[in-house]
Amino acid sequence: MTNNKLINLMNISKSYGDTVVLDEMNLYIRENEFLTLLGPSGCGKTTTLRIIGGFETPDKGQVIFEGKDITKLPPNERQVNTVFQKYALFNHMTIAENIAFGLKIKKKSKAYINDKIKYALKLVNLEGFENRMPDSLSGGQQQRIAIARAIVNEPKVLLLDEPLGALDLKLRQDMQYELIRLKNELGITFIYVTHDQEEALTMSDTIVVMNQGYIQQIGTPEDIYNEPTNAFVADFIGDSNIIPATMVEDRLVNILGTNFPCVDTGFGRNKPVDVVIRPEDIDLVKPEEGTIQGVVTSLLFKGVHYEMDVMANGYEWLVHSTDLVPVGNAVGIKVDPFDIQIMNKPESEDEEAVIIEE
Amino acid sequence: MKDVTQVNKPAKRLNGEAGHHSLKIKKTTWLSMPYLLWMAGFIILPLILIVYYGITTEDGAATIKNLLLISDPINRRALLLALELSLISTIICLLLAYPLALILNKIKMKSNSFIVMIIILPMWMNFLLRTIAWQNILERTGVLNKLLSFLGIGPLNIINTPGAIILGMVYNFLPFMVLPIYNVLIKIDRDIINAARDLGANSMQTFIKIILPLSLPGIISGITMVFVPALTTFVISTILGGSKIVLIGNVIEQQFRLGNRNEGSGLSLVLMIFILISMAIVSKYDKESEGSSIW
Repeated sequence: MTNNKLINLMNISKSYGDTVVLDEMNLYIRENEFLTLLGPSGCGKTTTLRIIGGFETPDKGQVIFEGKDITKLPPNERQVNTVFQKYALFNHMTIAENIAFGLKIKKKSKAYINDKIKYALKLVNLEGFENRMPDSLSGGQQQRIAIARAIVNEPKVLLLDEPLGALDLKLRQDMQYELIRLKNELGITFIYVTHDQEEALTMSDTIVVMNQGYIQQIGTPEDIYNEPTNAFVADFIGDSNIIPATMVEDRLVNILGTNFPCVDTGFGRNKPVDVVIRPEDIDLVKPEEGTIQGVVTSLLFKGVHYEMDVMANGYEWLVHSTDLVPVGNAVGIKVDPFDIQIMNKPESEDEEAVIIEE
Repeated sequence: MKDVTQVNKPAKRLNGEAGHHSLKIKKTTWLSMPYLLWMAGFIILPLILIVYYGITTEDGAATIKNLLLISDPINRRALLLALELSLISTIICLLLAYPLALILNKIKMKSNSFIVMIIILPMWMNFLLRTIAWQNILERTGVLNKLLSFLGIGPLNIINTPGAIILGMVYNFLPFMVLPIYNVLIKIDRDIINAARDLGANSMQTFIKIILPLSLPGIISGITMVFVPALTTFVISTILGGSKIVLIGNVIEQQFRLGNRNEGSGLSLVLMIFILISMAIVSKYDKESEGSSIW
């Protein structure tokens, strides 16, 4: 990954009627980056992708591609290709004709086109499918063809709009590895749109968490998971306990009446904050060994771990643990200082968009 | 013991499903009975009668004389003229309807259903009445000629010409061309068109390579629904063509009016064969042959 800004979105705004979808968005995408736009439906992630692809024109702002303003350029004149959510294959053409579509338009030679078809089908592990019709293929196969059809045009950027949304879980996981492999083999930039946080965490170099037309946080998967900047990000990425608390002083936070040591500094004294504690970071111990004490109120077996609710200090703590504690038992709760993530309460307009939709 | 129950369970469930399924079929078969009866009585039986009368004489002896009536110069001219006029009408309908359907599909607004309603609206009035209205408009002393002579152009001979018949056909059958094409166009996923643009096609290339082939079933459906009634009509040609222009529909009508049901049936059979041939030619161009969307 280089630091070249391949695409730069500047002050992009877009509304449909009274609905503001994007508000003064700024975002740049580096060359050879796997960037994921992540957020709930209606957060503006697909609109952002469509603006880059040329299917939507922003009301305000500019799209800069390799230093040139392409805001008003139609899709067929952009050096990007899109993989659509429902594949959007041409059902009246064979697989080979589908893949050749872009190349025929560009008037490439027959030999070149045939080579490209072979190469692309090999890349997506569907050799020998040339003469099949799209509707005789499974969803996963159709999605691979859609990817093949896009990449034969050698785009600088591949845009993927929830490409795995229609596939079942197992296939989705396989395709995630496929996409990472493809990305590494092709050495091009991927911009990926999804509402699935797991997908985003698995594949991305950079995740952009969006909500209601605003970017909430940009960072590596580790950053986003371990240090969410606000309650929305914390809640959207994985399960978490988000608890209102008070920062007593540097490295000490009061959660529900009990002081917990933490590692954060610089919030000031007696400042109201939100804390995020991941359920897997809570240790259940004997009652007398815990920082606080509670009672297990529910227990679910989740395969990899047990999911428990523990009622303590008037809050129901979500706990993931490989140890089973039966419902009704008293337990102690302990959290390591570095597992407590402190966040400012929302103040600015951007952060107010943080209303959590479920 | 345990194994046996485990194997039995899914089998039992399968049986249950199968039983449910056959019950469903029975139910639907039963529900389709009224229409099946209708079809037998009013479609199959008349067809059998037409075929029977068509290939027999009045005494019931087999003959092909009725079919050969088509080679009679008057009849042949009537058939050729009917083919010509209905072909021209169909082409005009297609040229009017396709752009309209495209525009309707593109704007995709609330007003769409309103425009579609306007297209269908004339069908709320009786077909005969509408055609007679055209007769009044096109007459030598009709509204149109009054207007034209007022402007110093008129009066023109419009009524009782092939042009008047084509006008009547286009006017009456246009909705049958618009609706199937519009219905196919609105079902084309917006992202299919976006994908074509994305892959480098300009709007003209996208239209020729994607939209047109995908809308072919609608076009064929529309052609069928305009061409067939236009070819067989005798009402439009009687009202707007007067007695001067005789189409094959008029010839057949005349035969039945004169009580020559064998001759009329024979000519009807020939006409049916021509329709079948035309349809075969049309659907040959439909590589997809997505049968469900035709009709």
